[in-house]
Amino acid sequence: MYKYDNYDQQMVDTRVEEFRDQAKRRLEGKITEDQFKPLRLMNGLYLQLHAYMLRVAIPYGTLNGAQMHALADIADKYDRGYGHFTTRQNIQYNWIKLEEAGDLLADLAKVEMHAIQTSGNCIRNISSDHFAGAARDELVDPRPYAELLRQWSSFHPEFMYLPRKFKIAVIAAETDRAAMRLHDIGIQIVKNDSGEIGASFYVGGGMGRTPMIAPQIRDFVPLDQLVTYAEACLRVYNRYGRRDNKYKARIKILVHEMGAEEYTRQVEEEFAHMLGQGVEPPLAEIERLRPYFADPAFVDGPKTCDHSDPDFALWVDRNTNAHKHDSYVSAVISLKPVGGIPGDATAEQMHLMADLAKEYSFDELRVMHTQNIVLPHVAISDLHALWTKLEAAGLGSPNLDTIEDIIACPGLDYCSLANARSIPLAQKISERFAASGKTGELGQLKLKISGCINACGHHHAGHIGILGVDKKGVENYQLSLGGSEAEDVALAKITGRGFDEAGVINAVETVTDVYLGAREDGERFLDTYRRIGMTPFKEALYD
Amino acid sequence: MTDLDTRPTAVQFRFRDDEMADHGTVTFDACCEQTNATAVRIEPGDDARALLPFLDRLALIEVNFPVFGDGRGYSSARLLREAGYTGELRAVGDVGIDQLLNMRRCGFDAFAPAEPLDESDAQAAFNRWPNVYQNTADGRRMITQLRHD
Repeated sequence: MYKYDNYDQQMVDTRVEEFRDQAKRRLEGKITEDQFKPLRLMNGLYLQLHAYMLRVAIPYGTLNGAQMHALADIADKYDRGYGHFTTRQNIQYNWIKLEEAGDLLADLAKVEMHAIQTSGNCIRNISSDHFAGAARDELVDPRPYAELLRQWSSFHPEFMYLPRKFKIAVIAAETDRAAMRLHDIGIQIVKNDSGEIGASFYVGGGMGRTPMIAPQIRDFVPLDQLVTYAEACLRVYNRYGRRDNKYKARIKILVHEMGAEEYTRQVEEEFAHMLGQGVEPPLAEIERLRPYFADPAFVDGPKTCDHSDPDFALWVDRNTNAHKHDSYVSAVISLKPVGGIPGDATAEQMHLMADLAKEYSFDELRVMHTQNIVLPHVAISDLHALWTKLEAAGLGSPNLDTIEDIIACPGLDYCSLANARSIPLAQKISERFAASGKTGELGQLKLKISGCINACGHHHAGHIGILGVDKKGVENYQLSLGGSEAEDVALAKITGRGFDEAGVINAVETVTDVYLGAREDGERFLDTYRRIGMTPFKEALYD
Repeated sequence: MTDLDTRPTAVQFRFRDDEMADHGTVTFDACCEQTNATAVRIEPGDDARALLPFLDRLALIEVNFPVFGDGRGYSSARLLREAGYTGELRAVGDVGIDQLLNMRRCGFDAFAPAEPLDESDAQAAFNRWPNVYQNTADGRRMITQLRHD
């Protein structure tokens, strides 16, 4: 994985000093809270319901054991012994004191980490495929390009005060594991007819209160023009994105209102101009970055393992992904124990995951946007030993991509924007299905819960989505069906009137029963929904 | 026509050796219509590219920041520099310590903050970053180039 050179280290160290200086000037009254707020946000510090929350960037979701250990130490030293992995492959801490934030950032910098631009109206942390560099189906490893964009977007002087936040995802496989087309810019690394590698650009996707799927605006940008093209996309947005209404300020609204064709025309015009401005890093830089992401020293070994223990066999079946080396798999550590808080991990668990990464996965871990952790390169011969240790620590839940693998935002338990609680709902739904034993029978079923219309829990992209709203002071939940964040991207549709908490749990069970009754061979919930449509589900829910 | 004239004394930081333009600044619309104006002020919503035909006669372009969170002026500044404008480019309005360096990097070479800034905080801000990740209008070579020198 990437390792900072002196330049990168100097940048994060300088940022720590700058933040300390900003906090000091705030305390001295030299800047107002209004002036300080965007500055602290650009260092990941939010004021939440009970305390400050700090979000740490995990660029493209990749980290090593030492970094995971440091995240655990931070949980112990500055928080209450746990952290929360997020849908943008980051981690956030919920109980931070403002006066300690500078020291926390300094601790991060010691392990080549930071909280730069994890909030604010700027370019956020770049996300990517959590199986990058390991997946059998990828064209190339997308992370060198993500790293190039990380550096370009860090402290970009023109784009620190955009109309709204800006999220970029980079993938390099036909299978989309990063919700690429639901980002402000989604980039897919592709090969053209001449066999050259380049980037396909999708612009103007997003969730939030007005979900949109990004249209493709350029099928192939040569690699030595990647940054320039991104810069052109950003400049058109910075100049013309709406600033009169924060709910209409994301680039998806600009692309929608202007029309993808006109937006593209303006980007192409800007791009043609910018090609002469020398904004592109030299191609040698991509060549420098690639070796950091080279394959570790894989060793040929057994390609299968003993499946006689049914619990182990189930975990292998559900929680591992095909690796490009046939003696290895990528193994998913579920942070969704039945009845647990999705994405939460204790400091102890983080230490253990770091140790296991060192022992079994070339010291590398990934954060998934579904709030789980990946050990990307595990030898098949080591799987049983790994699973045994995970089981002992309560980290062996065999539920990847099942109805228990719920994405949930922090909701009203933490968040100042939320209208309803998400976490207790996720806990109760996973308990219900674990108890009924239907989880396995239901197969792949992505359930996503947001506690308000800002959609941090990705409910628009859930096969089943739940949105919490406030109905005259009472929590109410709207159910939606048919969304997908993957390569078959789609936005979910609302079933009808909402439910109370107990009612929505029953409603989820009802729609899964409709699926089980109607499915044909090999169909996932989503496939059946697409074939039979909303009506049978509505009838079961409301008639 | 309203004379926007920013008093030369309002300019707190200036990175130019030439004499400061001492004449009335006109609005963007007036500049586009009036062929002899030599100083103009543009607002966030004005299209800086419309000034390109007049760059030869302009000695001062003020870019107004009514609120610091509106970042359109950064793009305006870079566009003007990329088009070859070499006159004074002055940031006026809601300009704070924490915006100075980004503005400088986008091509501003004069600053007239609505509220005067602490001199030593400002000097620290201008000099804080030893290196940069982007090529912009300040002529500094980016880290990704320095690595391959």
